[in-house]
Amino acid sequence: MKLAYWMYAGPAHIGTLRIASSFKNVHAIMHAPLGDDYFNVMRSMLERERDYTPVTASVVDRNVLARGSQEKVVDNIVRKDKEEKPDLIVLTPTCTSSILQEDLHNFVERAQMDSKGDVILADVNHYRANELQAADRTLDQIVQFYLEKARKKGEIGEGKTEKPSVNIIGISTLGFHNQHDGTELKRLMNDLGIEVNEIIPEGASVHNLKNLPRAWFNLVPYREIGLITARYLEQEFDMPYIDISPMGVVETARCLRKIQQVLNAQGAEVDYEEYINNQTLYVSQAAWFSRSIDCQNLTGKKAVVFGDNTHAAAMTKILAREMGIHVVLAGTYCKYDADWFKEQVSEYCDQILISEDNGEIGDAIARIEPSAIFGTQMERHVGKRLNIPCGVIAAPIHIQDFPIGYKPFLGYEGTNQIADLVYNSFTLGMEDHLLEIFGGHDTKEVIHKGISADSDLNWNKEAKAELNKVPGFVRGKVKRNTEKFARERGISEITLEVMYAAKESVGA
Amino acid sequence: MTATQAPQALDFECETGNYHTFCPISCVAWLYQKIEDSFFLVIGTKTCGYFLQNAMGVMIFAEPRYAMAELEEGDISAQLNDYEELKRLCLQIKRDRNPSVIVWIGTCTTEIIKMDLEGLAPKLEAEIGIPIVTARANGLDYAFTQGEDTVLAAMVHKCPKQAPVVEEEKQERNAIQKLLHFGRKQEDVAAQESEYVDHPPLVLFGSMPDPVVTNLTLELKKQGIKVSGWLPAKRYTELPVIEEGYYVAGVNPFLSRTATTLMRRRKCKLIGAPFPIGPDGTRAWIEKICSVFSIEPKGLEEREAQIWASLEDYVKLLRGKSVFFMGDNLLEISLARFLIRCGMSCPEIGIPYMDKRYQKAELDLLAKTCQEMGVPAPKIIEKPDNYNQIQRIYELKPDLVITGMAHANPMEARGINTKWSVEFTFAQIHGFTNARDVLELATRPLRRNNNLKELGWEKLVKEEAKI
Repeated sequence: MKLAYWMYAGPAHIGTLRIASSFKNVHAIMHAPLGDDYFNVMRSMLERERDYTPVTASVVDRNVLARGSQEKVVDNIVRKDKEEKPDLIVLTPTCTSSILQEDLHNFVERAQMDSKGDVILADVNHYRANELQAADRTLDQIVQFYLEKARKKGEIGEGKTEKPSVNIIGISTLGFHNQHDGTELKRLMNDLGIEVNEIIPEGASVHNLKNLPRAWFNLVPYREIGLITARYLEQEFDMPYIDISPMGVVETARCLRKIQQVLNAQGAEVDYEEYINNQTLYVSQAAWFSRSIDCQNLTGKKAVVFGDNTHAAAMTKILAREMGIHVVLAGTYCKYDADWFKEQVSEYCDQILISEDNGEIGDAIARIEPSAIFGTQMERHVGKRLNIPCGVIAAPIHIQDFPIGYKPFLGYEGTNQIADLVYNSFTLGMEDHLLEIFGGHDTKEVIHKGISADSDLNWNKEAKAELNKVPGFVRGKVKRNTEKFARERGISEITLEVMYAAKESVGA
Repeated sequence: MTATQAPQALDFECETGNYHTFCPISCVAWLYQKIEDSFFLVIGTKTCGYFLQNAMGVMIFAEPRYAMAELEEGDISAQLNDYEELKRLCLQIKRDRNPSVIVWIGTCTTEIIKMDLEGLAPKLEAEIGIPIVTARANGLDYAFTQGEDTVLAAMVHKCPKQAPVVEEEKQERNAIQKLLHFGRKQEDVAAQESEYVDHPPLVLFGSMPDPVVTNLTLELKKQGIKVSGWLPAKRYTELPVIEEGYYVAGVNPFLSRTATTLMRRRKCKLIGAPFPIGPDGTRAWIEKICSVFSIEPKGLEEREAQIWASLEDYVKLLRGKSVFFMGDNLLEISLARFLIRCGMSCPEIGIPYMDKRYQKAELDLLAKTCQEMGVPAPKIIEKPDNYNQIQRIYELKPDLVITGMAHANPMEARGINTKWSVEFTFAQIHGFTNARDVLELATRPLRRNNNLKELGWEKLVKEEAKI
């Protein structure tokens, strides 16, 4: 047992559901107790989804515990097949169902006989994999399933596309700024004259998976999701893949040069140097920002970076290499892939922290006292408590990290967005600092003159105590309204009754 | 319809139970805030933790007095000793937080691997010197608010059986308090006692925010009824005395296990009343308590009328409209009854679990309200099937659907007004004073959409899914 207050990566089934519901017309059925379908709430709220999340539960209740699921799971799969006509149903085990040790494989086989769509069982161990590992695994499983199916039918897309083309692998629902990154990568490929063959899983149809081998190469923008699939495609179809995240100016250039190399090896004869140069110096603002006096002021400032592998590694490099900021500590919660992280960042920071314990990171931040933090929502809250500004760079994230406006982290527009994020975090901290030195805003009194809370009314003890129970952010309003109510009625002492009467009167 | 006609019988149905609701472990989120000296330890997996962390949003960052005892593979396969593991964690909690009680929340996993929490608790309690309360708030058996029911039912056993101090000592304690409070308390207490009618002790059960506790206590005081205690109290150490023969009354519709436990294990008399939600419910609740104590209620009719008058601007928006409850928190019957009294019609009330005995008075009031308002009695669907419900919603086209967040945005995108049901659980909705807050919530989608109606932006999905 482990005492835990918070976790960075979710349980395995969340990863499977993220992949399944990223595809078009794929339905996931969770073998889970009531209340485990919380994924639907997250997707509906965070992504502000207009459509129903294609995830339902085959509920494990007391009866299932006593007698086994028997026909229940099969019935639920067949029913969903009829109702929604999905191309694929993914039966998703949860931590509960994995200890029940029911033969879910058998259920899937039986359900397949009566279903028009395909049915598979997500092959994920709940006690060994987390959300990210499970997502990586499930994507690979679905891709393999359809490529093998196509191979049997002889339907695998023949040969390569005429022009150089790419599969972008790993863009998924509930991923940090994934939607915007997907769009930015498409633009980037378009600029380079590379056709986008398929983007998976987000928005993809399983029917198109058989076309994957037609692309000239695969691009895996995120370290966490897509690598297993890319390796499978390399092994089976001899497709090269590129796993350099194009995040930051230098890394984007590195990614493009690698693409150039991969394409030229297949006879494309492309040269992206001029494009890279032009983008770096004149189009993207990030290189110019690094040179400007704004950024000069950031030189040597201390920062702490924490997040998933992709974003924490890329941010560390950007801060240290492109902006001259002193990254005291860089860390990741992707413990299972820690070696990669260490190798990526070791020359760009003083210390490396690999941990899933938010307390440990909080303590490290408090000890280091950086001028800014780049982390997850958890680090943002640590920052709030310590009065250190924080830019959010990785999941876990809240609704404000699903912006409506265009905010990629990848590609050249991504470099602009990151520059803003970094600069805003630091200047806010600076502003705060100056305010403290000069004793706060000198305009405070003027602003508050009109809405002074001073009053001639007497609050009795109970009422005062009651008022103090009102949450801080509305207390002032309750106080003013109650006093207004009392004044209008010529009441001089405010009691509990007066408070309630004020609340009951319209408009209070 | 003549007044003599018996109310139309309510129609009960039961569906498949494929519906969305919160896991009952969510009760820790409001109970740890209510019981200030408690610590809630949820013994479960990452799935439970992930749910709490996301469902409770920002509260998680306020140094919560709850944590997960996250089970690992070794715990599942019994390679690790449950007792030793729990002891290690509870000692850590004792050291870091020193709570007056540790509440263990059993989950689906502890059920399946049959971890004997009830058996382990007394042993460990004796060893570490902190009371341990065990509640099985799991998704195999319960939905959402029923979690609170399991915790309170377990706490009943920890309530003192008789007043711990004899009269003389009490005086002495008061004397100390008198010193501390510069002599005010004594006169206040004496003065207050005389305001009450002589009636057997009454204990209320159900976790309420403190302002609501004060408010409802005050409403009863106006009738001369004294509330001897409240389960739960602000602190675990202040749990009310419950002696045989005490009267108890519930304030929330999902507390049937607690009610049963109070009746069977502590020999209390349950006052079966509608719940104090809405001015009609609050009045009926007080009247029923009064009638049990043979008290003639004073001024309730005027009070109710006055509240209704102050609600008129909101009621105006609701009158003649229809509301559909998909069902997820067991407040549905009471809310539907109040909204029908506001002039709405209600074709369907979905509800996770329907205890017809505990909710009898509420159901009777619902039937009566429907008759008096001249609307058909709603269908009550226990263990609803969300998919079927959505089809019925498309057919019925209700003006308002009260539903979970999983369905709210997709419905809004299809031009259906929705209100997120969970807000009713967390908002203050009890008593006369808070009736306005209920309607504030219920009318919000209607008011918002009134503001936007000129824009022609009702349907924001391209093609309607073919069903």
